[in-house]
Amino acid sequence: MRVRGRKLLMVSALALAALWGSDAATPWSRKLAGGEKVLHALNRLAFGPRPGDVERVRRMGLDRWIEGQLDPSKLQENPVLAGRLAPLDSVRMTMGEMAAKYPPRRLIRAEAGERPSERVTPGRGSEERREELKKVAPQLLVTSDLMQNKLYRAVYSERQLEEVLVDFWFNHFNVYLNKGQVRRLTASYERDAIRPFVLGKFKDMLRATAEHPAMLFYLDNWRSVDPAAAERLRANALGEGPQALRRVRGLNENYGRELLELHTLGADGGYTQKDVVEVARCFTGWTIGAPLTDPKFQFAARLHDKGEKFVLGHKIPAGGGMEDGLKVLDILAAHPSTAKFLSRKLAQRFVADDPPPALVDRMAATYLKTGGDLREVMRTMIHSREFFSVGAYRAKVKSPLEMVVSAVRALDASVQSALPLSKAIDELGQPLYRKEEPTGYRDTAGEWVNTAGLLARMNFSLQLAGGRLRGTGVAQDGSSVADPRQASLRLLHEEPSPALLAALEKSLEGKPATPAMVAGLILGSPEFQRR
Amino acid sequence: MNTRRIFLKQSALAMAGFGAAPLWIRRALAATDEAARRKVLVTIFLRGAADGLNILVPFTEQAYYDVRPTLAVPRPGRDEGAISLDGRFGLHPALAPLERFYKEKLFSAVVATGSPDPTRSHFDAQDYMESGTPGRKSTQDGWLNRALSPLPDGSPVRAVSIGPRLPRSLRGAQPAVALNTVEEFRVKQAGASVALESMYAGSHDAALGAAGRETFEAMKLLEPLRRQSYSPGNGASYPRGKLGAGMEQIARLIKANVGLQVAFTDLGGWDHHTNERAQLPGLLRQFGGAMAAFAQDMGSRMEDIAVVAMSEFGRTVRENGNGGTDHGHANTMFLMGGPVAGGAIYGQWPGLDRDCLHEGRDLAVTTDFRDVLASFACRHLGVANAASVFPGFTQPPGGWEWKRS
Repeated sequence: MRVRGRKLLMVSALALAALWGSDAATPWSRKLAGGEKVLHALNRLAFGPRPGDVERVRRMGLDRWIEGQLDPSKLQENPVLAGRLAPLDSVRMTMGEMAAKYPPRRLIRAEAGERPSERVTPGRGSEERREELKKVAPQLLVTSDLMQNKLYRAVYSERQLEEVLVDFWFNHFNVYLNKGQVRRLTASYERDAIRPFVLGKFKDMLRATAEHPAMLFYLDNWRSVDPAAAERLRANALGEGPQALRRVRGLNENYGRELLELHTLGADGGYTQKDVVEVARCFTGWTIGAPLTDPKFQFAARLHDKGEKFVLGHKIPAGGGMEDGLKVLDILAAHPSTAKFLSRKLAQRFVADDPPPALVDRMAATYLKTGGDLREVMRTMIHSREFFSVGAYRAKVKSPLEMVVSAVRALDASVQSALPLSKAIDELGQPLYRKEEPTGYRDTAGEWVNTAGLLARMNFSLQLAGGRLRGTGVAQDGSSVADPRQASLRLLHEEPSPALLAALEKSLEGKPATPAMVAGLILGSPEFQRR
Repeated sequence: MNTRRIFLKQSALAMAGFGAAPLWIRRALAATDEAARRKVLVTIFLRGAADGLNILVPFTEQAYYDVRPTLAVPRPGRDEGAISLDGRFGLHPALAPLERFYKEKLFSAVVATGSPDPTRSHFDAQDYMESGTPGRKSTQDGWLNRALSPLPDGSPVRAVSIGPRLPRSLRGAQPAVALNTVEEFRVKQAGASVALESMYAGSHDAALGAAGRETFEAMKLLEPLRRQSYSPGNGASYPRGKLGAGMEQIARLIKANVGLQVAFTDLGGWDHHTNERAQLPGLLRQFGGAMAAFAQDMGSRMEDIAVVAMSEFGRTVRENGNGGTDHGHANTMFLMGGPVAGGAIYGQWPGLDRDCLHEGRDLAVTTDFRDVLASFACRHLGVANAASVFPGFTQPPGGWEWKRS
C-alpha cells in the first residue's frame, strides 16, 4: 500500500497516509530544519528564547542542552534568580513556620460571600514594605510571594524545563489558593509535593499530593471519616482529637472521585460510581494534624473504615489501615489508563492540541515499562519524530503565562517586581494559583483564543515594550531596533510574513519608528502568540 | 392537573413545533427578522453543581428533612424558612428578591432537569451541557453558537460572554465576543490600533486571524458606547461580585441596541462538599440580586428578554458527613423574562423517597436539559429546527407542553 501511495499526488498521499496510519509524508513525519529545531525546543521545553539563546544552544549542541534540561540539578543556576528570590521568605517556610509567622486567623477568610479585593500595591521588595504588609495584610504577602516566586523562576531560571513541568504538574494536581487555608499551604505544596517529582516517579508525586495538607484540605478528604467511627467519636463526648474533627460525621467522595478522574485514570479510564465510594472509604482517616498551628499529614486510625473494599476489581481486605489508601495509589499509578491519560496530557502540552495517538501510545508504553518514570516518558516524547516535526512546529497557542514570560524573555527585560506581570496574566485569562476547579486550566487553543484575551495580549505587549509596565524595565538601547525586519528576526527568529511587514510599515508611515512601538506590535502579533 | 405552556406568547410559528420546518414557516420566520433581532437570550452558568434542592426547596417532602438533618432549609413560616412559591416549592431565603418576579409572572423554574448522561464529573458534565451533546466528547462547538447559525447575519456583537475566556457554549463558527467590560475593550496605545488590525486582517493563521478580525469589528461598534458612562435604570442596583458586574455589562449592551442576541456569564464556587450552610447564602445573594437587578434595570424591555440559569448536575439528596453534599444527578433550571410563563413551577417532580431516586441516591431526571434549552432556541430566538442546535436530540411527543409540577 505504501509503495502505491508514494506514486500518487502529494495531496492523495497525505489523505491516504492519514487513512491508513502509514508514516508516509504526514506533517508528523516531516522533519524540521536544524535552526527550527533549536527554536522549537526553546519554545516547548523552556519559556521561549532570550536574546542569544538560540545561538548558545546551537553552539553547545541541541542534544546536550536537552540532556541538561532533563537533569536540572546539575545545571548552574542563574545568579540573578537567587537575588530575586531572596526576599520572598514565605515560600521557604514550613507550614508550621507559616502558621506562626502569618497567624491563621487573619488568613482564614469566610468561605462565603464577597471576596475582598486581591489588589495589592506591588512592593519594591524592601524590608520595611514587607514588614508593613506583614502587619496589615499578611495573606496578601503570602499570595504575592508565591506568584513572584513562580514568575522569577520562569523568567530567570536556567532550569527551564523544570519550571515548565512544575507549572504543568501543579495544574494537573490543581489546588485553589482562595479556598480557606489552602493559601498558606500552597508554597509547601508546590515545593514539597510537586517540584521534587516532576522528572521522577509519578507514584511518588501521587503519594506526596495525596498526603499534603493543601490537597487534603482542598478536596475535603481531611474530614472524610468512617461514619460508624464518627458516631463512636461523638458518643465519647467529643473530647479528644483535632477540634475540627468534632464536626465530622462521615464519608466525603470529593477526593476519591477527582483522584480517579483527574489525577490518574481519566474520566474514560474505566471506573464506576462504586469505585469512587470504595476509594473514598480507603482514604478515610487521611487527615491533617494540628491544622491551625502546624499542619501535617496524619493518619487517624480510629477514623478509618476498616471494612473490606473492592477497587477496580482488586480486593482490599478488611482490617487494613493506612495501607488501604497506599494500595489504591499503587493500583492507580500502575494502571494502563493512567499511563495513557498522563501521556496524552503531556503530549497535548508539549506537542499539539490533538497529539498523534501513535506518539501517545509510545509514551504510555515507556511509562508502563519504567514503572511510571516521568523523565523517561519525557525522553520518549522529546526524541520522537513527532516532537521535532512540521506538524508540531508553532502548532500551540501560548497560554497567558507562556505569552507573558516569553515576551519578557524575548525583550531581555529586567523584572524588579513580578506582581504587575501576574496581574497581566489575570487579564489574559489565567489567574495564577486561582483556578477554582480541580480540573486546572485546559491547555488548548480554544481556551485562550478570543477577543478579550487577544486584546489583553496586544495591550500587554505595547505596555511592556513601551517600558510602561511597572516593575519591569526594558532597555531602550542599541540592542533594540526600529527596522521591522531586524526586529522580527530578533523577537520571532524568522523573516516577517508579508502581512506582518506591511502592517508594521503602515504604522510607521510618516512617523519616526520607535523601537518600542515596533517591538510592542510584534509581541502583539499573531506570530508571537504561538510557540 | 394543570397543564400550561412554558411560554406565554403563542404564535402559529411556535405551534408548528420544530421537526423539519415546512417552507412557509421559514418564510414566515424571515418576515419576522426585525422582531427576532430584538430578542435576547441571556444564559447564566452556575459552575460546580449548585445544590438545586436547597435553592428551590421541596418543602412538602418529609424525605428532604429526613436525609438533610443539618442542611435542610426550614419549612415556610419558620425561622430562616423557605419562601413558598406554589405551596410545594419554596425559594431559599437568600433569594428573596426573586419572589416579586415570580408573582409578576416573570420568574419560573423547571425541576428535575438534567442530562441523559450519568457522569458525575464536573468537567464532562459542563462540557456536555455547553456543547449540547451529552455523551459525545468530539463536538467542537457550543449549543449557543449553533443557535445563532440559522439566524440572518447580524452584528459583530450578536454573541457576547463576560470574562477573559470564551465559554464552550459560545465557541463555534459564528463570531462571538468575550469582553470584561465595555470600557476595557480597546487598544490602549494611540496609533497602534491600525497596525494591529491590519496585522490580524492579513494573517494566514486561521484561528488567531479570525479572532483578531472579530476583535476589531466589535471594538469599532462599541467605541461610541465606551464614551458614555452607564447607570442602571429604574433605580436598579447590581450586587457586588462577578455575576452582578457581568449582568450589568449585558444590560448595558442590550440597551445600547448594538445587535446583541445571546449573552453568557457564569459564576463558580458551588461545589459544596463541606460546610454548605455557610457558603450557599452568599452565592445565592449574588445570584438572586443580579437577576433581580437585571430585570428591574431592563424594565419593559424584559418583554423581549429571556434569562436561563443552569448548573451541570445536582447534588446528593442526602447530606454527606461534612455538612455538605456530593455529586448527584438532576437539578433545577431557573428562567426569567417576559417570554417565560412565570408564576408557576414546571417539570415532573419524581419525588425523594428512596425508591424514586436515581441509583438510590440522587434526584432523577424527568426533563432533558436540552428540552428546555431547545425551547428557548426555537421559541425565543426563532431557530427553525432544534436538531440543528442539539444534534441527535428528538423532542419528546407533546413538545412544549410542560406540566405544572
